Amino acid sequence: MTNEEFTDKIRFDLRTIAEKIPEGSSVLDLGCGDGDLLAWLCEHRGVRGTGIEMSKKKAAHCISRGLSVLQGDLNNEVNDYPDNSFDYVILSQTLQQVYEPAQLLHSLSRIGRRVVVSFPNFSHYGNRLHLLLKGEAPVSEELPYHWYDTPNIRVITIPDFRRFARDVGYNIVEEISIKTDPAATCGKVIHWLKTLRATYGIYVIEKPA
Amino acid sequence: MNRLIVEKEFFTFAEDEPMQLDSGLTLSPVTIAWERIGELNEAGDNAILITHAFSGDSHVTGYYTTDEKDEKPGWWDYLIGPGRAIDTNKYCVICPNILGSCMGSTGPASIDSARKKPWALDFPMLTIGDMVKAQKALVDHLGITRLRAVIGGSVGGMQVLEWCVRYPAMVDAAVPIATTMRHSALAIAFNEIARQAIMADPHWNNGSYYDGEHPSMGLAIARMVGHVTYLSDEAMRRKFGRRLQNKKEFSFGFDADFQIESYLRHQGTKFVNRFDANSLLYITRAADYFNAAERLAACGPLTGGPEAAIKYLVISYSTDWLYPTYQSRELVHTLKRSSQNVSFVEIESDCGHDAFLIPEPTLPELMRGFLAGVKP
Repeated sequence: MTNEEFTDKIRFDLRTIAEKIPEGSSVLDLGCGDGDLLAWLCEHRGVRGTGIEMSKKKAAHCISRGLSVLQGDLNNEVNDYPDNSFDYVILSQTLQQVYEPAQLLHSLSRIGRRVVVSFPNFSHYGNRLHLLLKGEAPVSEELPYHWYDTPNIRVITIPDFRRFARDVGYNIVEEISIKTDPAATCGKVIHWLKTLRATYGIYVIEKPA
Repeated sequence: MNRLIVEKEFFTFAEDEPMQLDSGLTLSPVTIAWERIGELNEAGDNAILITHAFSGDSHVTGYYTTDEKDEKPGWWDYLIGPGRAIDTNKYCVICPNILGSCMGSTGPASIDSARKKPWALDFPMLTIGDMVKAQKALVDHLGITRLRAVIGGSVGGMQVLEWCVRYPAMVDAAVPIATTMRHSALAIAFNEIARQAIMADPHWNNGSYYDGEHPSMGLAIARMVGHVTYLSDEAMRRKFGRRLQNKKEFSFGFDADFQIESYLRHQGTKFVNRFDANSLLYITRAADYFNAAERLAACGPLTGGPEAAIKYLVISYSTDWLYPTYQSRELVHTLKRSSQNVSFVEIESDCGHDAFLIPEPTLPELMRGFLAGVKP
């Protein structure tokens, strides 16, 4: 067993996702934020990338970086693409904010070949201890909001996501569990006691042909 | 002060073989006024075409040598020039005046060489497509084989879209700003009011007014209506509110008591001095007829192959009620469906439709970054 240590100028969780994207792929990044992942993929992987971002400010920032980004609601924006437009659709720390995740994944199976999903693992021992000892809804570095001001309308655990992926008809191609701090460029891949120790779960999933 | 000096030039074509128009009619000869900033490179692939809005002209940036000291520079001066967002040290910027206008290109006020008098209403009806076809003749004449980008706002944005459907293989990137694939009923309605104001002026005389009194009142009213559509409720509230013009009391008459009245009258009068009423009729009609929706849907890479691929940046403004953001989103959806590479953002502004002409930091930042990512 090895604990791979990575460092790079983009966040470790983004870097881990990026490692899964083959050279020259076409990529749609849903909730692309400031475009760090897209920019990295365009530069280092030669991908044809498009992002969708709700925030006007962030979308404008991405375009100013030379990225192709649409400002809008990803739930609507995914509907206009022709079938099989993308090799990879990325949902990086976005799923926990989506109102109808099953519907979204259904839409994504039409436009993309594979989907990469990452989310903060709610069953991390820190969250469990927080709830157990304090009796309060966990507030962590990964999920830094209170129950009343969080954009994260869902909490997802690694076992929850495995079941969800299966229930919506996807196969899990790869599961990577990582431990990293939210803004950190370094971190490590977790191989045992993932459910307890991983701060993020990253999945590559696809619909069976 | 080191002023950017530009010169208006003229290109005349279709002298022997008349230009074929979308209406089935022809026009001969055709003159296009145009200005250039920056040099075309050896490969001929660094040209950017700027298409202007309905009442605009070729004077997109800089100053003429004949300008007075207090003269304003061209209408997109904050965006275009050496070192600016559309950097004329890197790009060769071309801005033609549209066909049908009265700013140097052939239009209804031009002399019909056959009859030795102004065309007036004998001028053939034009489309946005005809305007673009004339621009293509200029671009060909200049030895430009492909355009790095076509950029324009409002009716200029329509020309951008027309370029994309007519000559997709020549266009690397397109930036339609504050525009639409087709006029809504609201946009046609305001154009119709503007036209009716002109045609109701007794001096209009069925378009034949060039040797007498011009329909100045009608044209001024048309411009007043236009200006309301270019502003927004927010901008008018901020700029004018209910404030009175140089007075503390109502006049209890029909003078311009309110600042907004005075502003509109001023805009109307100013416009009369520089624009031709018949040109307004022709150009607004062309804008009303314009519809690129189906053609855009049919000409992306999905059906047209990689040659048809154009990199788009669509921009709308949050308080534009003439071409509201939903119309830009419709454009974006159409482009996505045809597999085009499209970026979109709505810029927050309270300045309404006119916002694209008003200096602010977002548009230049977007433009600079977007153009840097466009490869010939």
